[in-house]
Amino acid sequence: MTEKLVIIGNGMAPGRMLEHLLEKAPGQYAVTIFNAEPRVNYDRIMLSPVLSGEKDYEEIIIHGDGWYIKHGITLYKGHRIVAIDRDARTVTSDHGVTESYDKLVIATGSVPFILPVPGKDLPGVITYRDLDDVQAMLLAAQSREKAVVIGGGLLGLEAAAGLAGRGMDVTVLHVMPTLMDRQLDPAAGYLLQKELEGRGIKVLCKANTRAIVGNGKVEGIELEDGRIIPATLVVMAVGIRPSVGLAREAGLAINRGIVVDHGMQTSDGSIWALGECAEVGGMVYGLVAPLYEMARVAASHLAGEQGASFVHSDTPTKLKVTGIELFSLGDFADGDDREEIVLRDASAGVYKRLVLKGNKIIGTVLYGETADGAWFNDLKKKQTDISEMRETLIFGQAYQGGAPLDPMAAVAALPDDAEICGCNGVCKGRIVSTITEKGLTALDEVRAHTKASASCGSCTGLVEQLMTLTLGDSYNPAAVQPMCRCTDLGHDDVRRLIKAKGLKTIPAVMQELEWKTSCGCAKCRPALNYYLVCDWPDDYADDYQSRFINERVHANIQKDGTYSVVPRMWGGVTNSGELRAIADVVDKFEIPLVKVTGGQRIDLLGIEKEDLPAVWADLGKAGFISGQAYAKGLRTVKTCVGSDWCRFGTQDSTGLGIRIEKFMWGSWTPAKLKLAVSGCPRNCAEATCKDIGVICVDSGFEIHFAGAAGLDIKGTEVLGLVKSEDEALEHIVALTQMYREQARYLERIYKWAKRIGLDEIRRQIIGDAGKRKAYYDRFVFSQKFAQVDPWSERVSGKDKHEFLPMASIGYGQAAE
Amino acid sequence: MNWFAIGNIADIPLRGARCVKTPQGKIAVFRTAENEVFAIEDHCPHKGGPLSQGIVHAKAVTCPLHNWVISLETGKALGADEGAVKTIALKNDGGALFIALESLMVAAE
Ligand SMILES: Cc1cc2nc3c(=O)[nH]c(=O)nc-3n(C[C@H](O)[C@H](O)[C@H](O)COP(=O)(O)OP(=O)(O)OC[C@H]3O[C@@H](n4cnc5c(N)ncnc54)[C@H](O)[C@@H]3O)c2cc1C
Ligand code: SF4
Ligand code: SF4
Ligand code: FES
Repeated sequence: MTEKLVIIGNGMAPGRMLEHLLEKAPGQYAVTIFNAEPRVNYDRIMLSPVLSGEKDYEEIIIHGDGWYIKHGITLYKGHRIVAIDRDARTVTSDHGVTESYDKLVIATGSVPFILPVPGKDLPGVITYRDLDDVQAMLLAAQSREKAVVIGGGLLGLEAAAGLAGRGMDVTVLHVMPTLMDRQLDPAAGYLLQKELEGRGIKVLCKANTRAIVGNGKVEGIELEDGRIIPATLVVMAVGIRPSVGLAREAGLAINRGIVVDHGMQTSDGSIWALGECAEVGGMVYGLVAPLYEMARVAASHLAGEQGASFVHSDTPTKLKVTGIELFSLGDFADGDDREEIVLRDASAGVYKRLVLKGNKIIGTVLYGETADGAWFNDLKKKQTDISEMRETLIFGQAYQGGAPLDPMAAVAALPDDAEICGCNGVCKGRIVSTITEKGLTALDEVRAHTKASASCGSCTGLVEQLMTLTLGDSYNPAAVQPMCRCTDLGHDDVRRLIKAKGLKTIPAVMQELEWKTSCGCAKCRPALNYYLVCDWPDDYADDYQSRFINERVHANIQKDGTYSVVPRMWGGVTNSGELRAIADVVDKFEIPLVKVTGGQRIDLLGIEKEDLPAVWADLGKAGFISGQAYAKGLRTVKTCVGSDWCRFGTQDSTGLGIRIEKFMWGSWTPAKLKLAVSGCPRNCAEATCKDIGVICVDSGFEIHFAGAAGLDIKGTEVLGLVKSEDEALEHIVALTQMYREQARYLERIYKWAKRIGLDEIRRQIIGDAGKRKAYYDRFVFSQKFAQVDPWSERVSGKDKHEFLPMASIGYGQAAE
Repeated sequence: MNWFAIGNIADIPLRGARCVKTPQGKIAVFRTAENEVFAIEDHCPHKGGPLSQGIVHAKAVTCPLHNWVISLETGKALGADEGAVKTIALKNDGGALFIALESLMVAAE
């Protein structure tokens, strides 16, 4: 019987726990998660690269929405649990949802500590914990004004570097005499300070904050010594506290964190706790490696295995600021029973210190050059006696045995059980054997299969060296991401070569560009088919076997293998005749669900594949053509009623929408394309989150593009204002053609625009009339071949085999 | 084991598939670019997706629902996923195709 497992908090610890649990005991639990943050599980430790702009939010998602669907897990986003009733075994959220559990996991993480100083609640004072904080910082950074970061630890410095990189004038205040005093000794802390100052960040150590000052919003910070430091943004990063309030109210045993045994069980036998909120063996943790160990242990107990027990290990600390190399591990305080080996190279900005006790390494601080971190970590972990190599130890592994080794050789020399990825506890042997066994060739694949370098990413270099070591020269980390495993070429190269070499069939592309597989795969074939359709509209014969099923049968496949059908309703406008025809079709084919879509269309769901041509035939008689709701192509143009009806309308938005849709239907695009036209800035057609949108104003038509309202939400960018409908159409069509010719398959317009640059797009479409006209003409030419209604073609018998079974073997035959 | 005639190889598009309905459910019959023919149950080991509707490449098909790649020869999921679908014996007699269904399950009627 499935038991009910409820999880409070959807951070990195429970996310990992679920991965283990689904592997060990799939189907044992019906899982429900409540997460106060309104989002899926993402890699919190990569927030700093998002702040600095090196990564996008979508790149740091660990489990996307699809993952929860795939595993049948219910995730309540934006629901904070406010009460646990241990007698009734229920939890209740702030939105009033109550859920009962057989087993409960508390993973509420930590909350940032707020200094109890006057002014701490002023607008403009934020902490650094989640994506909302990053977004608040990015918004504040647009002002390019002054920011103060309180706290010179890991989080504070990553925030400071990010904000400085975004153009803010940043001051870091730290109470202790040197930065990162918990991870670095004073010498390394000093080097770090010099480096940050060199980047224009001001650092004040021994600085005690007395108050945050400001009238209605932050204006500055007042220090104990009376100094005032002006600021419009204050980031408090002075530490975290395990989030235990909920558990305390429920009456669980609490110390610094929620007290759990070595199997992660709390004082209540049906409640487990893990992550930063849990205290095990008298310790609370704030780095992911030990949290992942907790996840492993908890999953194993939940799966009904008994033995697993949490094991403490020291985790190295690294600062994720590009260009700063820093590594710290273990204990490095001075002491009588300790010796140390120090290496300084002032000109190169290198400082290395090993702390030894009884000929064994107990602590390591490396600054400026950290390549040997993994090796020192390995020596420490194994408690290796280093007396033999004492003289050369500090120079690193490369110097052992006389001649210096190159870095590759150093990695080669690491033992198989040397830990490469600290976050996920993955050793060298596991990475190498997985690469060989599974034939992996790309970094992403190694991440997917081993998890190595999939968390904080600071071991990426080591993993890449291991890949080079294992795969030889065939692995080139600097190369572009190949389209798929069938080729080494990236999408852009393939598109360029298709044009340059005049390749006009899929076999020709594969032959000329030396595809490694005989007939491609489900990733490259649809992409190539699109590129060829786009580049050679008159010559290329569309390859249906390379299209995804929806585009092959012109309907949308549903989870049970039936299909849904959406007839085109120009601009979202319909009439009684059309509605009557739809009603008749619904009755005749007993269609189970009729639903209105977000793009102002009517969706008929649950149709058997064999019935599709007959359904289309009936719809066709009423004048309908395919709504192409399945296409990587023009989907819908949504409109509002505009000046014909609406008292605010400035232009005929409905008419323009229909005109655009009639002009552009049937065109294939790299990814789906949805448009909208609103009659005034009240924007009832929601044009400002579409791929392309128009806002009508008294003086003309404002053209927008690159919006998104799916997994990502993003407002559009303005392309420009034009005066007439004709101009609006020409600009929209030219923009679409530019996107068709340049984007990578499945790349939505907002991602393409970000890659190419908005200014470049405006320059070509707005600034260069010649270019615009050329794009427009190429689109018009390709429409000659694209505007064929696929439904009526099939009603007349095209691709008949698609819709009929090859044979039916019935009971009658079986009896023979 | 009984052999049932299901039609001719030319009925299936190259790099394509057709379905055969049987009392035990649908069977997907694939024809690869190299003109080999395979039959497997039309039921993805992941969540039951109709494999006959997937994209066929080399001796494998990619499920249309969540992109698992299934080997047509062994019925096993390839890559990082694990699972398998039943393969069905198939005879190609100069283009005429036959599939084998267990006599027991057919005779049980
Ligand atoms: C900017 C930054 C950089 C970091 N860098 C590193 C690094 O380089 N290396 C490293 O090892 N670690 C790093 N960390 C620490 C690491 O991210 C955390 O240790 C880890 O994410 C904690 O995981 P968790 O699952 O315990 O909690 P969290 O990931 O914090 O998740 C807790 C979740 O529970 C939710 N929640 C809380 N209370 C409730 C409630 N009552 N009801 C419902 N939901 C609730 C919260 O909204 C939150 O989403 C960093 C952290 C930050 C913020
Ligand atoms: S219809 Fe869209 S939003 Fe709804 S479940 Fe499917 S993918 Fe998700
Ligand atoms: S967008 Fe403006 S014109 Fe269109 S319906 Fe809304 S208010 Fe009226
Ligand atoms: S059902 Fe086939 S991949 Fe999910």
